[in-house]
Amino acid sequence: MTKSTNPDSLLRKIWKFFTSVKLSMSVLLSLAATSVIGTVIPQNGIPEVYTRQYGENLFNLFNALDFFDMYHSWWFRALLCLLTINITICSIERLSSTWKIIFPKRPSFDANRFQKVKNREEWTSGSSPEALHDIFHPYISKRFSVSLSQKTESGYFIFGEKGRWTSLGVYAVHLSVILMVAGGLIGSIFGFDGTVNIPEGESADTIFLGNHSSEKKLDFQIRCDDFDVSFYDSGMPKEYRSRLSIIKNGRTVTRQDILVNAPLRFEGVNIFQSSYGEMPSDKFTVTFTERESGSLYDVEAGFDKPIDMPNGAGKFIVKDFRTSFEYSGFNLGKTFICTMIPTGKEPEPVLVSVDHPRFDMMRQGDFVITISNVLYKYYTGLQVTRDPGVPVVYAGFLFMIIGCYITFFMFHQTICIQLSNKGAGAQVVIAGISGKHRPGMNTVIRRISHHLKQLSAA
Amino acid sequence: MTSSEIFSIITFIYGAAALLYMIAWVFKKPMPGKLATAALTIAAIGNLAGILRRWVESNQMGIGRAPLTNLYESLIFFALTIAILYLFVEFKYKLRILGAIASLVSFLSMAYAALKLNNAIQPLIPALKSNWLIAHVMTCFIGYAAFTIAFGISIMFLVKSSKEAKASGEQPSVITSRIPSFDILDDLTHQMVTFGFLFLSIGIITGAVWANQAWGRYWGWDPKETWSLVTWLIYASLLHARLMRGWKGKKIALLSFIGFLAMLFTYFGVNLLPGLHSYQ
Ligand code: HEM
Repeated sequence: MTKSTNPDSLLRKIWKFFTSVKLSMSVLLSLAATSVIGTVIPQNGIPEVYTRQYGENLFNLFNALDFFDMYHSWWFRALLCLLTINITICSIERLSSTWKIIFPKRPSFDANRFQKVKNREEWTSGSSPEALHDIFHPYISKRFSVSLSQKTESGYFIFGEKGRWTSLGVYAVHLSVILMVAGGLIGSIFGFDGTVNIPEGESADTIFLGNHSSEKKLDFQIRCDDFDVSFYDSGMPKEYRSRLSIIKNGRTVTRQDILVNAPLRFEGVNIFQSSYGEMPSDKFTVTFTERESGSLYDVEAGFDKPIDMPNGAGKFIVKDFRTSFEYSGFNLGKTFICTMIPTGKEPEPVLVSVDHPRFDMMRQGDFVITISNVLYKYYTGLQVTRDPGVPVVYAGFLFMIIGCYITFFMFHQTICIQLSNKGAGAQVVIAGISGKHRPGMNTVIRRISHHLKQLSAA
Repeated sequence: MTSSEIFSIITFIYGAAALLYMIAWVFKKPMPGKLATAALTIAAIGNLAGILRRWVESNQMGIGRAPLTNLYESLIFFALTIAILYLFVEFKYKLRILGAIASLVSFLSMAYAALKLNNAIQPLIPALKSNWLIAHVMTCFIGYAAFTIAFGISIMFLVKSSKEAKASGEQPSVITSRIPSFDILDDLTHQMVTFGFLFLSIGIITGAVWANQAWGRYWGWDPKETWSLVTWLIYASLLHARLMRGWKGKKIALLSFIGFLAMLFTYFGVNLLPGLHSYQ
């Protein structure tokens, strides 16, 4: 049987492939390199704008590669997936082999290991090895989780060890990455992120997801009782404040003010202050001015309610409103978007600007149309989200910080104090070994030596 | 004295410290070196005092906010973190060689802020009113400072190795003979990168928590977020390259250089791209 057809060795090969740190470096650097694309090409834009910017061919290429929504593309997700599998398998493989080293059945020390160690301090003391041993051993056993003393021909060895477990820090870091990816996944599957605009005094229970592409009905209503915006003298906004009520089954269950950094949280749904604007009330006056005679006709109107034009000229419907409207590079300001249906003709769109009432004269129709007596109300723009992945991601954050701290700033240390007869007193040698040859061991040895000197002198 | 006046004096002291460190480097005399350390220490203390003064000023104006909220203030804080971190390294490793680069970076950072940017104390827009902002900016900049010092070491590494490759056999040149051994440089780079990595991680995390509180999402692939992730990923691969594949010296120096460029772009370049984070 050849190797590649043996299922066992094929599995082994795949396993081996995923334990490779070469793979993890390639994946980390690929993630870094590809992430840049989405910062250079604006994401989730409008196709027409892209075509104008990049031309037809480039647009088609980028579109095929999902560059316009790349962080949600299959290949970017595949890279994240690869990273997660890589970390998981790598950690399992290493943890299973290091576990026994980290948690040995019984600690053992070998004085020979310390013979050639660079991190060492030596001095002589007037006291005997026995006397020193009785002072030093309690000191070491207090400071190290494991300690041991051995009698030798000419004196003693005192060993101390701590921080074996710190090699688990790396696994906390790797687990944190897995938790963050998993939390992100949970959020994208079970969560949502939408927006809704609610005028003062009104309520809503339906939000718009993504680029207004779909809607979602909540199982409660949000009412905006009040909205306030305050400004600094410079005209910069100072604070947005919405007073919201949550109404469930016809009952008001919560009432709270929300600010930009202080959202309302209700049954796992978060409601954030995100924007604001002005909205006209549903009652205003449409004025038709007959071009020839100059006579004025006022009609009371509202949105989506067809009104009769004077002299049976047709119907007129006010459809929509924008706080600002761009027309051939000119900003019309507050603008109503309307439809006119002249009797016996095709409907035509009409823009009626409140801020520029003479604009409609350019249309050259029989009537010049203006809209007045509009009452504006503030509306609050809310972001409504639900993300059950957040606790998982936050757990990942915690593991990441703690794990990095342990890995970088704590280490496994073993020390050996050798006490031997020298004349009437003793020769003291303190040597230390650290995991991964940390330069910090130097300081540890110097500090311990300093303390022991003081103890033995006292 | 107003904070702006303090900052302009401090800028000159940073410049003087850089000059003194260079003199100490070239002429190998202990005196200019000691003076340089003193100058840099004074500059750092003054820098901190200036920041506190600015805080007081904002309180007097009735705005009351930590001075860490725009590009001007961040550059000044950056100068301070570089100086403090470097002084710590100098103290711990008894090594003055990096002083020239560190003081020069602090000097340039302060000078750029003073000459090019608006120093008016402005009130905060609503989204920036958060204690997370302070934690976020401080930790990010401590990370940036550590990476900058790691970058300084990498430069020395590359200079030393290219000079010594050329001048093998000859007397080592005045400049490179003062650069510490490759082992020390390598060790220092690692220390700085790990320190920076921890703080950049905390910086990204505090940013995410803050974003979740202000906008209801902890991660939105905004260009600044993305670039900080890119920087983080580059340094993560550096750590693995060193630890697991035994990369040393030149290759690590190169990765640290690339990571530094990504960091610079996260800091300055991203302002050219659209997004929530662009200061001003
Ligand atoms: C974003 C992803 C990752 C991060 C943030 C990360 C972080 C780290 C850190 C901070 C260390 C400790 C380095 C040191 O002690 O200086 C480390 C070590 C290590 N990493 Fe990762 N890592 C990631 C992905 C991976 C992947 C995908 C693998 C899979 C092969 C991997 C394998 C290892 C190994 C084997 C070690 C050494 C562990 C030991 O000392 O026993 N890492 N990682």
